[in-house]
Amino acid sequence: MGHGPAVKLGEDKASGYKAKLGMYLFVLYTLAYVVFVGISVLQPSLMESAFMGQTLAVAYGMGLIIFAFVLAIIYNRFCSRAEQRLNN
Amino acid sequence: MIYAQSPLAVGLFITFVLFVLGLSFFLARRTTSSADYYAAGGQIHWFVNGIAFAGDYLSAASFLGICGMIATAGYDGFLYSIGYLAGWVVALFLVAEPMKRLGKFTFADALDSKFNSKGIQLTAAISTLLVSVFYLIPQMVGAGVLVQPLLGMPHYVGVLIVGIVVTIIVATAGMASTTYVQFMKGGMLLVFSTVLVVGVLGRGLSTSPDQGGKKAYHEFKTLAAQTGTDGSLQLSDSTYAVAADWKTGDLGKAGFVRLTKGGVDSVWKLKETGGGYALSETLFAKEFPNGTKLYNGLPKEQGAFFPVGAVKELRIDGKEVAQTGPLGPIGFLSSVKNSTVTLWGKTIVKESDGLTTVYFQKPTSGAKILRPGLKFKVDNATGTQKFNFMSLMLALFCGTAALPHILIRYYTVPSQAAARKSTIVAIAAIGFFYVLTLFMGLGAMTNGVINLNDENMSAPLLALSFGVVLFSIISSLAFATVLGTVSGLIVAASGAVAHDLMDNFLGMKMTDRNKVLAGKVAAIVVGCIAIYLGIIFEGMNVSFLVGWAFAVAASANLPAIMMILFWKKTTAQGVATSIVVGMVSAMGLILLSPDMWALYGKLPANAPISFNSPALVSVPLSFLSLVVVSLLTRKAAVPVAVEAA
Repeated sequence: MGHGPAVKLGEDKASGYKAKLGMYLFVLYTLAYVVFVGISVLQPSLMESAFMGQTLAVAYGMGLIIFAFVLAIIYNRFCSRAEQRLNN
Repeated sequence: MIYAQSPLAVGLFITFVLFVLGLSFFLARRTTSSADYYAAGGQIHWFVNGIAFAGDYLSAASFLGICGMIATAGYDGFLYSIGYLAGWVVALFLVAEPMKRLGKFTFADALDSKFNSKGIQLTAAISTLLVSVFYLIPQMVGAGVLVQPLLGMPHYVGVLIVGIVVTIIVATAGMASTTYVQFMKGGMLLVFSTVLVVGVLGRGLSTSPDQGGKKAYHEFKTLAAQTGTDGSLQLSDSTYAVAADWKTGDLGKAGFVRLTKGGVDSVWKLKETGGGYALSETLFAKEFPNGTKLYNGLPKEQGAFFPVGAVKELRIDGKEVAQTGPLGPIGFLSSVKNSTVTLWGKTIVKESDGLTTVYFQKPTSGAKILRPGLKFKVDNATGTQKFNFMSLMLALFCGTAALPHILIRYYTVPSQAAARKSTIVAIAAIGFFYVLTLFMGLGAMTNGVINLNDENMSAPLLALSFGVVLFSIISSLAFATVLGTVSGLIVAASGAVAHDLMDNFLGMKMTDRNKVLAGKVAAIVVGCIAIYLGIIFEGMNVSFLVGWAFAVAASANLPAIMMILFWKKTTAQGVATSIVVGMVSAMGLILLSPDMWALYGKLPANAPISFNSPALVSVPLSFLSLVVVSLLTRKAAVPVAVEAA
C-alpha cells in the first residue's frame, strides 16, 4: 500500500489541541456565514440599509472576508505556540 | 467590434508559455521519483505553496466570471467571492493538517489511510476523476472563448493550445512545474488586478465615462411618441420610420418597437406615459435562420453594438455631480451606493424571420446594486427560490475543501505547520483578490466597457480602457489563469488513474520509475480527453459545469473527509457509500433540474424537480448515508492502522 505522507513527519503532540481549536473557530465562522445567508434570504431589504456608510451587504461581505483572515492569524498563532510547547 | 486582436497580448502569452515550458523541462531533470512527480518531493516552501494555492484556485470562473457577473448584476456576483473564500475556512480549520498527516499523493490516500479498502480506493478515484473532468471542461471551453476575440483564432485552436501546453507542463515535471506555474500566475494576477483597481479608483466615477478621454460614451436616445387616429405611432423625430405592425408584431407584444432610419433597423423599448409613449434606445442582436447575425442592424465589424455601463445620476454629499475625480476604496463604494446606475435587462423575442435578443436600460439605485437580489431572487421569493439560494451558498462553502486539485497541494509542503501556513497565505491572497473583484466589476459597470454579448470579457475590457499594455497583460494573464488551473486538475486526475486505480486498487506492481511513467502517460491521456471535451462542449454555459464540479465535490468528498476526521464510528463501507450517494444524488438532481430541462430544449416548468442547486439535498444525504451504513457495518468492520510510509 502506498499510503502515508510523502515526507517523514515527526509525532505531533499538539494535533489534538489544534483540531479542537480549529473546530471552535470553524463553528464561529460558520455562524457568521449562516447569519449572512439567513439575512439575505429572510430579510433581504435589511441588506440595503446603511452601515458605516456602506450597505449592510457590502459591510458584512467584506467583514466575512476579513474575519476569515483574522481567525486564520489567530489560529496560526495559537497552533504555533502549542507546537512549540508540546513538541519541543 | 468592441475589441481587436492585440499583438502585444499574443507576444506576452507566447513569452509566458515559453518560460513555463523551459521551467518545466528544467525541473523535469530533478523529477525522478513518484514523490517528486506527485508531490514535488514534499519540499515546497509554505509561502510559494500558498500563492500556488491562489493560482490553482483563481480559475477563469473567478477572474472572468465573477468580475463579469458583478459588472452586470452587482452584488450577486460578489456572493460567489464571499462563498468561495468562506470555503477556505473549512480547508484551514478542518482539513489542512489532517490531509497532510494522513495522505501521500492523492485525496483517496487520505480517505483510505485507516482502512485499506478497495471500495474507498475505487470510489474516491472515480470521484476525483469526475470532479476534475467537470472542472476541466469549463476551463478548456474558457480557453476557446478567450482565444476567439483576443487572438482571432477559432475555438478549437484555443483549446488545443492550452491542452498541449498544459499536458507538456504536467508530463515533464508533474507537481513541481505545476506549482511554479501556479505561483507565477497567482502572483501576477494579484499584482495586475491591484494595478487595475488603482486605475479605476484614480479615474473615479462619471456620468459620461470616456475611458480617460480615449472614447466617448454612446448617448442612448429617448424619443416621445403619440398614437395617431389610424393607430399608427407618430414619433417626435420624423426621420425614423415605424413598422405598421408595431403593436401586434412579436416585438410589439414583448414591449418593444422596431424603427428604421437610413435603411438600418433599431429597436426601442416602449413605455406608456400620460397620453403617449416614451421610447428608449436599446441594443439588439438578431440571428437569422441561416446563421447570419446582425448587431444593432449591422454586421459586427461595423461596431454598432456599443459597449455600455455608466452612472446615470451621480450624487456626492446629496448633490448631483457629473464626475467625482479620484476616489478611495470606501469613497468609491459609497458613491456607487448613493447614485443610480444604468444596468441592462435582456429579453429574447422569437420572430418569424429569426431570433432577436434585446438589451434594454434598467436604471437601478446603487443601494440595490450593492445588496443581493438582482440575479438571485430573494425579495418576495418563493420557497424554491430561497432553497436555491441557500443551496448555492452551501455548495460554495463546502466545495472548496473537497476539490481534489486543491487537496493534493497539501502534500507538496514538508510539514503540517507548513500546510497550515500555506493555507493562511492562500486565504490572504485569495481574500485580497476577491475584494478586488468588487472594484473591478463595479469599475466595468461604470466605465462604459461592458460587451453585453459576453459579460466574461468585462475585466479585460476594463483593462483595455486604460490602454493596450494593461489589456495585453490582463489578457495574457487570463490565458495563464486557465493554464494554471488546468495543470493542477490534470495532476489530480493523473494521480487518480496511476496511483489510486493502477497502483492501489488494481495492485499493479510497479517500480518507482514506472509509477512516474504511469503518471505521465495518464496525464497525456487525461490531457487529450480534456482537449476533446473542450472542443465538443463549445458554446456550453461554463457556469453550469463549474456548478456541477462544486456540487459533486461538496456532496461526494466533504462528508467523507469530515466524518473520517471527526467521527470514530466511521467505517470503510460508510465512506464508500457516502461518496457514491453524494456523486449520484448531486449529478442526478442537476440532470433533472429546470436549468438542464431548458438545455434539453424542454420547458423548465416541466422538470421533475423545481430547484437547480442540489447541495442542500445531496450533502445531507451523503452524510446520512455514511452514518447509517457505518452503524450497520460497525461490528463487521476491522480498521487497519497503516503506518506512515
